[in-house]
Amino acid sequence: MSVTQETFRAALLDPAAPVPDGLTDAAGRPAGRRFDVYRNNVVASLAAALETGFPAVRALVGPDRFRALAIAHARAHPPRTPLMMHAGADLPAFLEAAGFGAALADVARLELAVRESYHAADTAPVDPAALGQITPERLENLRLGIAPALRLVPSAHAVVSRRQAALEGSAQGAQDRPETALVTRPGFDPVVTALAPSEGVFVAALARGAPLGTAVARAAAHDPAFTPAAALSALLAGGAITSLETEPAP
Amino acid sequence: MTDTKTLALTAAVAAAVSAYAAAPAHAQAQEKCYGVSLAGENDCAAGPGTTCAGTSTVDYQGNAWTLVDAGTCTDIDLPDGRTGVTAAQLEEWGFNGIKRDLPDDASLTEDVLNQYVTPERLAELSS
Repeated sequence: MSVTQETFRAALLDPAAPVPDGLTDAAGRPAGRRFDVYRNNVVASLAAALETGFPAVRALVGPDRFRALAIAHARAHPPRTPLMMHAGADLPAFLEAAGFGAALADVARLELAVRESYHAADTAPVDPAALGQITPERLENLRLGIAPALRLVPSAHAVVSRRQAALEGSAQGAQDRPETALVTRPGFDPVVTALAPSEGVFVAALARGAPLGTAVARAAAHDPAFTPAAALSALLAGGAITSLETEPAP
Repeated sequence: MTDTKTLALTAAVAAAVSAYAAAPAHAQAQEKCYGVSLAGENDCAAGPGTTCAGTSTVDYQGNAWTLVDAGTCTDIDLPDGRTGVTAAQLEEWGFNGIKRDLPDDASLTEDVLNQYVTPERLAELSS
């Protein structure tokens, strides 16, 4: 075996590249065809991983076109991690570079976020009643612990509705509008909820550790009509609040 | 000014907590139900490289489960007199699946199939 890993790898991902010199089978014969089979399997399995991982994007662009995209993507962006469940981290940017537009790339981002959420650590949510019992003067400075399974995908498009329609095989009826996708994991499986962009700003601020009052102010700066009730309700329903840290009232 | 803000925040938190309490869909516990999944639709968001991403290949596959609202598993209407069964119930009876609607799969050896309950036996046990 006189071939370097670098040559071997480059030839694996380039179907036009010649079989690296020096590859032989057990009997010492050149391994030309065998290498071709292996080269084919590597790219086919990476493309299949994307087909499994991005069902909504696949439905939106069509299975044949997606297959071609997946193969091109597998060659241009080999996996950066051996964990196959996270395959396709580069697909959203790849789709945008291929001219598909941000709406489709955001659906791909959401599909990645759902998978990340699935594989995130378990945490126990707080009892929602405990939130209701916090005295008004302490709410402003209250910090919420946020579950590691929470993900936010802000989009200038109706990313949640598009993904849902694609998975159900129905045409997207609703008008396009900016949506922030909230991914939570109340039980075994992730749940996707559509938030208004200002609600997304609110949840993002909470997740970064901002106190409730500050998070509300940031969201209100984004949209003066913002109220936190719906977003808080989605966080509670998603089991996404894991602790309540109060500070003594001033 | 601060008072108005505090008041609004208090009202929003109270609304969120009561909305949570009033939403049975969210509070509803789920359980694993065998034998009711449609092909390729068993619940799993794990993604590629895992063993559960839409792997059921037959409708109502007897060894695939899907999450349903607790207490509804055996009430799900299936064609031709089939019934679903909860994972908890199967485990209690000492089975790993239902011996019906199984894919043609080499991993389903006799040893594996012996751990599956026949629909007839399931009907007896359920009655």
